[in-house]
Amino acid sequence: MKYAYFPGCSLKGMGRAYEESLLPVMKKLGVEFNELEDWNCCGATAYMAVDEVKACVLASRNLAIAERAGNKEMVAPCSACYLVLNKAKHYFNESPIMAGKVKRALKTADMEYSGDVDIRHPLDILTNDIGIDEIKKHVTHPLKGLKVATYYGCQIVRPYSTFDDQNNPQTMDRLIEALGAEVVHYPLKTKCCGGSLTGTLPEAGLRLCYILLNEAIKQGADVIATVCPLCQFNLDAYHDKIKAQWGPARIPVVYFSQLMGLAYGMSEKKVGLQRNIVKADLRPKAAAAA
Amino acid sequence: MKRTIKYEADRVKGFGREVMSVPGCEELENCIQCGTCSGVCPLSIYMDHSPRQIMALTRSDFKNEVLTSHTIWLCASCYACSVECPREIRITDIMYELKQRAIHEGIYPRRFPIPVLAKEFSKMAHDLGRVTENFLVVKLFLKTNWMAAIGMWRLGLNLIRTGRFSLKRESIQRRGELAKMLESVENEKETA
Repeated sequence: MKYAYFPGCSLKGMGRAYEESLLPVMKKLGVEFNELEDWNCCGATAYMAVDEVKACVLASRNLAIAERAGNKEMVAPCSACYLVLNKAKHYFNESPIMAGKVKRALKTADMEYSGDVDIRHPLDILTNDIGIDEIKKHVTHPLKGLKVATYYGCQIVRPYSTFDDQNNPQTMDRLIEALGAEVVHYPLKTKCCGGSLTGTLPEAGLRLCYILLNEAIKQGADVIATVCPLCQFNLDAYHDKIKAQWGPARIPVVYFSQLMGLAYGMSEKKVGLQRNIVKADLRPKAAAAA
Repeated sequence: MKRTIKYEADRVKGFGREVMSVPGCEELENCIQCGTCSGVCPLSIYMDHSPRQIMALTRSDFKNEVLTSHTIWLCASCYACSVECPREIRITDIMYELKQRAIHEGIYPRRFPIPVLAKEFSKMAHDLGRVTENFLVVKLFLKTNWMAAIGMWRLGLNLIRTGRFSLKRESIQRRGELAKMLESVENEKETA
């Protein structure tokens, strides 16, 4: 299996542990991710707020590059990238006016986009293309005894998700269970972490983080598994401030791909766990219970 | 004296129609003011107007009240309202449309960090093709409240300690190509 790979800015920046864990895991499963050449920022939620047409052009340049290289499918692990690339594709296919504007802009650089490339999420590829049985086969160090709250966040299930339920998604739950860990009941799994509001308006943003962290602890989780670099950052980085305002809610937050790596016998360093601000000692916990 | 009622003179006739003519915003016409959007919005308790009120004010042409509101900027694009709306109104996309109009007309709340971040983020993406998060955060503080940056020293240290701090600003190789595309959008707007 082969996919074009769109890392996005975060996976090369503050969320680099996501890439560091996802790539070796996919390699182990025999899946090829080929990084898109000269990819650019997807525009995220910010560009849409300033200029929608330019935001669509920005996103479409990536889709055009993918298409030119003969790709039918491109994987976007970051939730914001996944949403924005999908949104640009939807607008392109639904609105002839927008499609015309995007085509004319791409044309100035001799590029073309036909609206074809599918944007996929790693969870989609893992559960639908590879399959839970295959994922299970490679587990050498099952995460027995580890209690995981699966946190999907907002932008992979709303509004364009095609691979999972909008209110009660299950793909990550099934994946984590296949690794031998236990999934705890986590009713807030698709609630918003506040996005960039943690930086721009901490009053509001950090309260959402506190609610998410506190609920995971109340449900007995040892760790929160996430799919989004911004969710991971928000839930990992602001514990001092959260504690000062609402009380302690310390629990490690890791990417699902890091848990996969551990279950596949990779070292903590190999999957980037040293990058966590709230240290995640997951293996001893899993081993002690085994 | 604090105003308690609105006046006919506050309405900018045609504003609602104009917004509802934008592709994706048409369904606003069918809003039944049920309040589901405000109920599911995780940020509505912090807003000056609830999302439901913004829908009503937009449709009723209260342009200035809508575009100067903090509500549109507090929307974090989680799409809960869009998914739950019984009339299938794309509320998040309407919020985006309103944000664009506020920026275009220059009437967003000054020094309020959220629109400043949106502008700085898009400027960086526009000029370099990629965004380096910690450079963006520094810019945001310089443009809004540099004093607040001092309270962030510990977070900065944590990021350096865990190797998540980028020392170099990222950029794409073919910046000229991207610049040409975005410039053509601008030119097309002017001739329209």
